[in-house]
This record gives sequence, structure tokens and C-alpha cells, in this order.
Amino acid sequence: MNAAQARIPGPTEMLRIQCPHCGCRDETEFRYRGDASISRPLADAGEAAFVHYVYHRNNPKGWHVEWWLHVSGCRAVLRVVRHTVTHEIHSVTLPQEPVDIPWEAR
Amino acid sequence: MREPTTNVKIQLKRTPNVRSDGTDSGDYGLLRLLREGIFGHGGWRPAWHKAQPRAHYRVLVIGGGGQGLATAHALATLHGITDVAVLEKGPIGLGNVGRNTTIIRSNYFHPDNVRFYEHSLQLWEQLERTLNFNVMVSQRGTLNLFHTEAQRDLFTRRANGMRLQDVDAVPLDRKEVKSLVPLVDLDHGRFPVLGGFLQPRGGTVRHDAVAWGYARAASRAGVDIVEHCEVRRIVTAGGRVTGVETTQGFIGADIVCLAVAGHSSTLASTVGLQLPIESHVLQAFVTEAIKPVLDVVLTYGAGHFYISQSDKGGLVFGGHIDGYNTYGQRGTLPMAEEVAAAGLTLLPGLGRVRVLRQWGGVMDMSMDGSPLISRTPIEGLYLNGGWCYGGFKAIPAGGVATAHLIATGEPHAIARHMDLDRFADGRLIDERGAGPYPWAH
Repeated sequence: MNAAQARIPGPTEMLRIQCPHCGCRDETEFRYRGDASISRPLADAGEAAFVHYVYHRNNPKGWHVEWWLHVSGCRAVLRVVRHTVTHEIHSVTLPQEPVDIPWEAR
Repeated sequence: MREPTTNVKIQLKRTPNVRSDGTDSGDYGLLRLLREGIFGHGGWRPAWHKAQPRAHYRVLVIGGGGQGLATAHALATLHGITDVAVLEKGPIGLGNVGRNTTIIRSNYFHPDNVRFYEHSLQLWEQLERTLNFNVMVSQRGTLNLFHTEAQRDLFTRRANGMRLQDVDAVPLDRKEVKSLVPLVDLDHGRFPVLGGFLQPRGGTVRHDAVAWGYARAASRAGVDIVEHCEVRRIVTAGGRVTGVETTQGFIGADIVCLAVAGHSSTLASTVGLQLPIESHVLQAFVTEAIKPVLDVVLTYGAGHFYISQSDKGGLVFGGHIDGYNTYGQRGTLPMAEEVAAAGLTLLPGLGRVRVLRQWGGVMDMSMDGSPLISRTPIEGLYLNGGWCYGGFKAIPAGGVATAHLIATGEPHAIARHMDLDRFADGRLIDERGAGPYPWAH
């Protein structure tokens, strides 16, 4: 992880996301794609599991694992671990890589 | 705080402006103003009783914002349930109820939403009499502009739907738009204004007065308003609510109602409940005060931008949510730039007006963009939330509907569709047709 990136952004400062392919880029290059901690249930998992998958969210006040699409860059989907109060970004990884979550959120 | 002086004592003896619970008599007339002016304004008392929490209540409402206060007020005045406390983590009026853009309207597309918000608008029209408090309801009209023919057709369909339910919607052509709002640039190269729809009964309300008025009226009806009391966790036993853990200790209750907007998920998670809600930040802006230039609420159709002028002269405006999960009560500059760009496209004459303040509030964005007034899987726990940056205009109806659900156990006729089960049943009220993506509503 880039040392310059592990800092808490100022009050009106935009998010800066360290794309593994393109380097550190502004939030305006990205499209938010929501909670990355949920996974699609198996086809025979039943209706309740799918209702849960489509509609229910943890919505944590703290560390949040989320998808960002680098739509104006490499177009890769990135898994970002961001704090929902301070906006600090802990890690940015590709979907196939293991997710890096801060110890206090484990 | 002013030290009590001899003058005050004399004045208090002369005129009993203090009620038995220590609150103000509520006489805000000219003679009282004069008298207080002469005697150094020492005689004013708080408008509502600053209650200390008791050990147990029949109903606890968490959140002393608009929805929470309106719910408690309706419980006490419409259903005679006065064993109620409202728990507010800060002072009354400093949450979202005092941070919004103060717009009221009922120009919705979905019939259920039209019915609900129209009921709310009708309650706004009587609110000053209901609360005996001047909340400055100003029905200056809400004007939605359209910029393409497709958008005109969509707006016409919405207006026809509204008129089928006896809600006012008036089509305006370009000339009429210009005469109503001379500032508008009709002939922008890319997004020319083709016309608009006006809801004459829409407008603005003084948001702080709404909080104060409801708090005073609820307090007078017997509700305990407990400020600086943050709820840490909801306590259950055998699947039933028994009370809440707060910064002032445990408070027992038969029924707990969540009315905490952006923090609904946080509190629900203390009883292992997941809600169809994400918290997002919405920014608002106000400019320096200028002479009257805008006497309607104006919205831009080719982007997300709405603006009105406050009675102090400041232009109050806002746009879309920033678009990612956050509990930080602040927005970032990209959305501020987008809002400013939309505003100047529509009203280029405002280019030299300086923005005085910018702020952000945490919104409870639901999965279909419509609110939740519902019981929950936990017995005795009720939810008023998911307001998606539209909660202010819904305060009177939201309170009445939530109180009805709590008191009778049955949903109110105007809010029957707002239950949590609608997601499992596929009865979504997706006003924007955006799908289960809260940041897109």
C-alpha cells in the first residue's frame, strides 16, 4: 500500500483511490458500485436468501468493503476498504486478490 | 445565561409567563415583546420542558428530529398515549430537521406516493393551527422545468396522475416560465427550457420552527423530551423489546420506535437486524443574502438542482447525494461543482453571488427510494426511516402514520404500502425506476 494514500482526507477533499493499474486517481474517475461484502447465493438457496442478497445491507459506521469501477481509467472493478466516517482508504485490491481489512474491523 | 436581576423578579410577579413545569407561557405577542424589551429579556423561558428520563415508558421514540417529534406529538394528541419519551442525542433542532432545504410539495409520480405526500401537504396547510406556533408555511409554488420533449411527456404523465387525485399541477409554457422566474436562461444551447409544471401549493417552511413547534406542542401534550441522551443499544428479551441502553443509563419501554434517519442501520444492528437502507451524504448550500430574485421553488430538469430564496435573502440550493456510503456529515467538492454548474446553466445571472455556507447531512437511502413506516421482525420495535433526502416534507404525515401504526397495530391508510415486507413481496415503490441501488435514487 502506498504510504501517501493512508491518510484521512480533509473536510471537503475528494477521495483519491490508488488504482493498481493506473496509480492514484480522483474519485470523479470512478463509479461507486456498492457493498462488496455480499455474495450471490446459489440458485437453489431459496427466496429469503435472495431478498437478503438484493436488499439488505450492513451499512456499517466504520470500515466498509465496497466496489468502485474505474470507469474513466482502466475500467477494472476494484475492491476498496474505506472508512465511512473519516473517508480514509485502507486498501485497494483487484477482485481476484485477497481483501485487506484493518484488524479492528475483523 | 443571564443572571436573574431584581427587574426580572418584579416582572415575573407582574405577569405569570412561566407555566408550572418551568416552560414559557407561549405568549409571543407584541405586548409581551415590549415588556421583555423594557425589562431586559430576562423573562423568557424554554418553550418545552427539559425532561429527565423516567425508568420506564410505554413508548420510546429514538430521535428528536422532525419525524420523531411528530410521531410523539401524534401519539399524545391523536391517540391519547402520553406515556411517551423522545430521546435525542444532541439538542432539538440540530439534526437533519435543521439542515435541509425546507421544501414541501406533493408532485410525485407513484399513486401511493402522491396520496401520502398530498396528505402531508394538507397537514402542513393546517400545521400552524395544530401546533399553535408560527412555522412560516409559505406556499410560493414549486416549479419543475423540462428541457426535452420526452421529459415533457413524462412530466405531463406525472401531472395527469396527480390531477386524477385532485392534486394541483399547472403546465406552463416558456413565456409563463420566464414571467414567473425572469432569472431563468430559456435558451441555453444544450438544455433549452421547453416549459414547466407548477404546483402552486408547494413551497417552503421554516425548518427550525417546525422542530421547535413540534417539540413545544408534544411537551405540552405530556411527552417527555429528553435531550443529550444518546441511545447506544436496543435491549430485547425473548424476541421482544424491553428498553434501550443510553448515555443516561437503561430506560425501559414496551414499544421502541426508531426515527433516527441516517443512523437507522447502526441502531438496528444492535439487535441483529439488517435494513434495506444505506447511509449517504447530501450537500446543501446557501449564498449571501441578496434582494428578492426568486419567489418560487425552482428545479432544473437536465440535472439535479433545486433552489429557493429564504426570507433572509439567501439562496438555498442543493443537488444529488455524493453517491457512496458515508456517515461523515460533509460532502466533497466534485458534487459541489456539479451542483454549481447545473445552477449556473439555469440561472447564469447568479454567477457573481458568493456561497456563504456548505454542509452535508446523512441520508437514510432505502433500496427503492421510498420511505419505511413499518413494524420489524422484533416485537415492539417500529421503524420510521428510509426517507431518502425527502423526509422534511413528510414530517406531519410521517408522524401521524407512525403513531397510528404504534397505537392501533394497523398501518395508516396513507402508509399501508411503506412496510418492510414490500421488498420480499416485490411491491417496490421505485419512484425513479433506478433499481436496488440506493445511490441512484
